[in-house]
Amino acid sequence: MTTQELRKERIDRGIKVRSDGLYALMSWREMAYLALPRFILIAGMLSLPFLMPGVYWQRVISIVCIYAILALSFDFLAHYVGLVSLGGAFFIGVGGYIAGILNSYFHISPFLTVPLAAVIGGALCTLLLFPCLPLKGVYFAIVTLMYPLFMARIIEAFNIFGGTDGILGIDSFSSTFVEQYFIVAMLLIFIFAIRRMVTTDMGLIFTAVMDNDQAVKASGISITKYKSLAVFIAASMGCMAGACLTHIYMWTGISMFALDFSILPIAATVIGGSGTLVGPLLGCLILVPVSELLRDFGTLRIVFYATLLVGFILFKSEGLMVFGQRKYEQFERWKGI
Amino acid sequence: MEILVYGTINSVSLALMGLGFAMVYGISRVPNFAHGALYIVCGFVTWALFQRVGLPYVLSIFLALCVNGLLGMFMYRFILIRVRGMNISEIICSYAIGLAILEGLRWGGFRGMTNTLPVFMEGSFKLGGVPVDYHRLFMVIIGLLLLAGLWAFTHYTKLGLALQGMAQDEQAALMLGIDSDFMAMLAMGFGAILAGVAAILILPLGNIVVESGYNVLIMSIAVCIVGGLGSWMGAFFAAFIIGFAQILTVVFIGSHFQMVVALMAIILTLILKPSGLFGRQKELEERV
Amino acid sequence: MTQPILKMQNVSKTFGGVKALTDVSVDVFPGDVLGIIGPNGSGKTTIVNNITGFIKPTSGKVFFKGKDITGMAPHKIADMGVTRTFQIMRPYFSLPAYKNLVIPLFSPRAKRTGGWRGGGRHGDRATVAVDILEEIGFERDSNIPFKPTSSLPTGYLKRLELARCLSLKPEIIICDEVFSGLSMSEIASMVPLIEKLHEEGITIVMIEHRLRELFQVANRVMVMNFGEKLIEGTSDEVMADAKVKEAYFGSEKIEEVMTYA
Repeated sequence: MTTQELRKERIDRGIKVRSDGLYALMSWREMAYLALPRFILIAGMLSLPFLMPGVYWQRVISIVCIYAILALSFDFLAHYVGLVSLGGAFFIGVGGYIAGILNSYFHISPFLTVPLAAVIGGALCTLLLFPCLPLKGVYFAIVTLMYPLFMARIIEAFNIFGGTDGILGIDSFSSTFVEQYFIVAMLLIFIFAIRRMVTTDMGLIFTAVMDNDQAVKASGISITKYKSLAVFIAASMGCMAGACLTHIYMWTGISMFALDFSILPIAATVIGGSGTLVGPLLGCLILVPVSELLRDFGTLRIVFYATLLVGFILFKSEGLMVFGQRKYEQFERWKGI
Repeated sequence: MEILVYGTINSVSLALMGLGFAMVYGISRVPNFAHGALYIVCGFVTWALFQRVGLPYVLSIFLALCVNGLLGMFMYRFILIRVRGMNISEIICSYAIGLAILEGLRWGGFRGMTNTLPVFMEGSFKLGGVPVDYHRLFMVIIGLLLLAGLWAFTHYTKLGLALQGMAQDEQAALMLGIDSDFMAMLAMGFGAILAGVAAILILPLGNIVVESGYNVLIMSIAVCIVGGLGSWMGAFFAAFIIGFAQILTVVFIGSHFQMVVALMAIILTLILKPSGLFGRQKELEERV
Repeated sequence: MTQPILKMQNVSKTFGGVKALTDVSVDVFPGDVLGIIGPNGSGKTTIVNNITGFIKPTSGKVFFKGKDITGMAPHKIADMGVTRTFQIMRPYFSLPAYKNLVIPLFSPRAKRTGGWRGGGRHGDRATVAVDILEEIGFERDSNIPFKPTSSLPTGYLKRLELARCLSLKPEIIICDEVFSGLSMSEIASMVPLIEKLHEEGITIVMIEHRLRELFQVANRVMVMNFGEKLIEGTSDEVMADAKVKEAYFGSEKIEEVMTYA
């Protein structure tokens, strides 16, 4: 009686000839193969606001994009630079407050507050995080977790910037059209920009810092400079998202520093696929609507995505996007030995 | 005088909170971010058994501590063991579990100010002109006894020494036949029980509110980091430093600032001297 | 009397209770090949770390071309032209081999000086990286420069470490045990490389255990023991010294050991 041993074999579909970032495209079919996922992404995201039934869900899409920008910054920092930041709420809060202050105290219009908040907020966050940059991974994570809580308590304790009530009466965007499409557009721009950046030499240095910072130091490159740069990029993105959030809700307050903003991007990244930079968006597309649906259940939704996060970390830690990418580019079959 | 008395009380309560976290990290190097959740769980189970089911108070406490211990061991054995060694994943995982527990409790039962646990003893006395209730005194005594007991346990019993061995050098301990996974599981269970003990002692002084779960977590982290992760003596000293600092701020500045002090302590320590007061992680210092 | 290019002056380093280095002084002149030898734990790697800024000396000073570099940040010291290899090799394992060199070519020094052979200033860094690799002995045709670093054998990785130093157009290369872990043939091919670098005018400091190969290239040797400098001189002077023999073999039974050898 013969039993055949089987092994699983993964074969590249062969449509995309991959050689360190270089693609040899030889036919329309290949180009379509490559372009299709990106096309779906862009077309899909741009058309989502149209497809949504009603204002409530359109707003949800905006919230998805805001979370997605934050998750993107987390993914970038964690998997391309090696800095795990557990406190995304810090960026959102700082950006939100700066936009709120600029708008309500200085009467600057949303068109300007958003970019200003992004730049000023980014600089401020980088400055505040600067002393923590040399810390080893775990400690950096703990410190970043503490920062948003710290800011919230300071604002509450000193009762500045509106204290526990927050700043009310902030202008919203000039039209709902702008409100929705601006954020979607920024999200798409960020995704493609960061994807592009990590393949340049600067992205290479980030990867090197993550891999082996001693060697980078011995090569005459200042690690602190590059880490600060990476944090600035991530912080600016987060602050911009926070500023947009302020204008959508027409309000900013301590809850901008809430736990939600720290945990959901991480969950979205893990679920959607860490390291892919698109995975976080996928994760947000899943998590945010579900959490909205569960809004009736109050804080149960946090239980839900916390559990989902743990489940994914334990069992499918690569995430959906990586899984999907693999399926798209390779096919598996059982083959007899 | 007031400051001295309240400072000591506050410090001992901080030490109690931080002890569980310090123990778990010291032995198994797993930062248990569900510590605050375990604290509240014990309070909740005690309350449920006592008020709803109607068991005698002492029995409720005992059963709640058992539940906590089992919960801690369960958490390690089935969840954290799979991410052991990957530091960030451990933090995220335990944090998510803690989050799930706390928010679940918030949704399921605890809303507002209605839930309390009774104090052990009514009444108060005056210590040098400062009113102190018996319960707080009881807490300080038990806290100090606990610390002394733990010290004796880890230095004189076989199990305690095994745990210490693991704390110092895991691989060496493995080679000597000490099963590190089993020890880590015990450590987590033990840490959970300590969190429960802290809850039993401290919660009767106020209401059982889910928010305090987060606060306890932050305080525990503060105590452990300032004292140096992995050093119980350090945690004890740090508890006193932070405890007195908090009372001083309350007296001189205002009572909103308690949490700010704790958070500030964490941030400052990590920036200036990451290995803490007595920390063993000297490699963070050199940053080579 | 030329100025020493690198000067260590009474450098001491204590870690807690451990005295890693005690009052070490040495002058290295341009074009020297200085060997540093000694039993394990004698402080050789600590010297390298102190010179290149990865550790700050507890006391004493380090001078490069007359300028005080004691305690400067490692990347600034590398920027001045003092480069080093690591005993426990640290290439970027996740990247292809040539990308290991693209990174140093991105540093301010490479941009300033043009890197090795002046290619880093304007040219495509990837091409320059492959050129450097070829010069060091990576066969271009066999595709080795493009393989992932984790798949390369030790001999290539050691050369990669040296190449990383080269891409910065260094004035000094401090090699921390480059010969360790290599087979005889790999060492035999490494020695001409060191000689070639010496001919280019680079000052080389080598920490080594393999004395025979070291003595082929070094013109001066320094012996360390328990953090102290025992002696410095030519290889013959050093090996004839009684204190050195005592450090390596122990004092009592030298004659017996020598007869059994």
